[in-house]
Amino acid sequence: MAKEIPPIDVRYRRHSAAVRVMHWINAIAMLALLMSGLQIFNAHPALYWGASSYTGAGPIFSPGPFPGWITLPGTQWLSMGRRWHLFFAWVLVLNGAAYVAYSIASRHLARDLWPTRRELSGIGRSVADHLRLAHPAGEAARRYNVLQKMSYLAVIFGLVPFLVLMGLGLSPSLDTLVPGWVDWFGGRQSVRTLHFAAGALLVAFVAVHVFEVIVTGAWNNLRSMITGTYRVPRGDER
Amino acid sequence: MNRRRSFLIRGLSGLGTLFLAGCDRLSHTAWFPPILDSAESLTYRAQRLVTSRRSMAREYTEADLSPRFRSNGTAFPQDEEYLALAQGGFADWRLRVGGLVEHPLALSLDELRAMPSRTQITRHDCVEGWSAIGKWTGVPLSQVLQRAHPSPRARYVVLRCADPMEGTEESRYYESVDLEDAYHPQTILAYELNGRALPIPNGAPLRLRVERQLGYKMAKYLMSIELVEDFSHIRGGRGGYWEDQGYEWYAGI
Repeated sequence: MAKEIPPIDVRYRRHSAAVRVMHWINAIAMLALLMSGLQIFNAHPALYWGASSYTGAGPIFSPGPFPGWITLPGTQWLSMGRRWHLFFAWVLVLNGAAYVAYSIASRHLARDLWPTRRELSGIGRSVADHLRLAHPAGEAARRYNVLQKMSYLAVIFGLVPFLVLMGLGLSPSLDTLVPGWVDWFGGRQSVRTLHFAAGALLVAFVAVHVFEVIVTGAWNNLRSMITGTYRVPRGDER
Repeated sequence: MNRRRSFLIRGLSGLGTLFLAGCDRLSHTAWFPPILDSAESLTYRAQRLVTSRRSMAREYTEADLSPRFRSNGTAFPQDEEYLALAQGGFADWRLRVGGLVEHPLALSLDELRAMPSRTQITRHDCVEGWSAIGKWTGVPLSQVLQRAHPSPRARYVVLRCADPMEGTEESRYYESVDLEDAYHPQTILAYELNGRALPIPNGAPLRLRVERQLGYKMAKYLMSIELVEDFSHIRGGRGGYWEDQGYEWYAGI
């Protein structure tokens, strides 16, 4: 007979208050940026490659306008869409910079996000586990798994900075900062296309993120990002 | 536990719905858009801080020219005075320069053409998202300002145009730029596009080029320019036709 385990769950503080606040500021900013970005896109719903839109070659992608329920504002209103977008762009960048500074100073980055050598060698297994939706339980669930760490790092230090940079490349004033820098990415219309593509990738990341949040315990995960408390069921401990 | 959970989930989905509906409603309030507008002065200051006064917009080669330079906004001003001037080949047209200047001017097209000129192949970025490349020739605005001799109180250049946007006299297009952009070497009053006299759809006889800002700053069908200390008393008070409709005065982004 197995020893009786008292039905007491292990609860611990998973996310610091600072991370929780910055996570939700970021979520609001990204949602506002996505929806106002689609509003701006609708003013000229076609994407090009090169410096200019009128080269004789035509657009490389013209999906037509996005429906009103996903744009901000919900009707065609470019100037208001720009005001939302250019405001929340500052929110995203300042909040993101604060997050990176905090993560380095508090060792959140080194402790929770940076994968160890051993974790990296087990990446193949982590991929297989994810595909089978077999998620770490017990003590192992207290840490981010290696695939999770790698995707967070790729988004924080790769995708979002690239998305912001491509947004800055659309500014005719910042275009003059370093002569020709916008052309390193193919020219202004290419930068607009890349800004859109990076936004689409970020939407894909958030979709997977939300999916994983749901299948690994929606309530537990959500609570840990609101109150900070994460519960590991006692019977799960291994 | 379960009650707490359903309360939280209901709370969150409620927040989601509120966010979507709320954002739309917020856009229509009097108090919220000014909060969004705080980003504009932040952007203006940040961009002016990192770019030098003389930072130059990228210039292209003839090979990059758009086959036909797109006309946007007004393509043919519906205005009797303008039509009469156009019929006369703009021989009777004069650019009036006034406001806070020591020497008010009235310059004909020939006089402008006789002044030092600059030719530049630049990219025009519309606020809608598209870009086109054209070759512009014109007189640097700084040359005109030097002749008019602005008073030290002058801070902005207001440009008034011939084209009524909503059919009325009071809806004529206008724009304004600060003196930093006004004296920038690439800021010109263009009378030629792609080596030919500026066509009417692109702003004949004279239009502004401010290459470090978006297209709506580059007023077409210029009739007069005025130096002012501030523009809050002019029309909607936001410094331009589209600005009065809610667009940013600083269109460097």
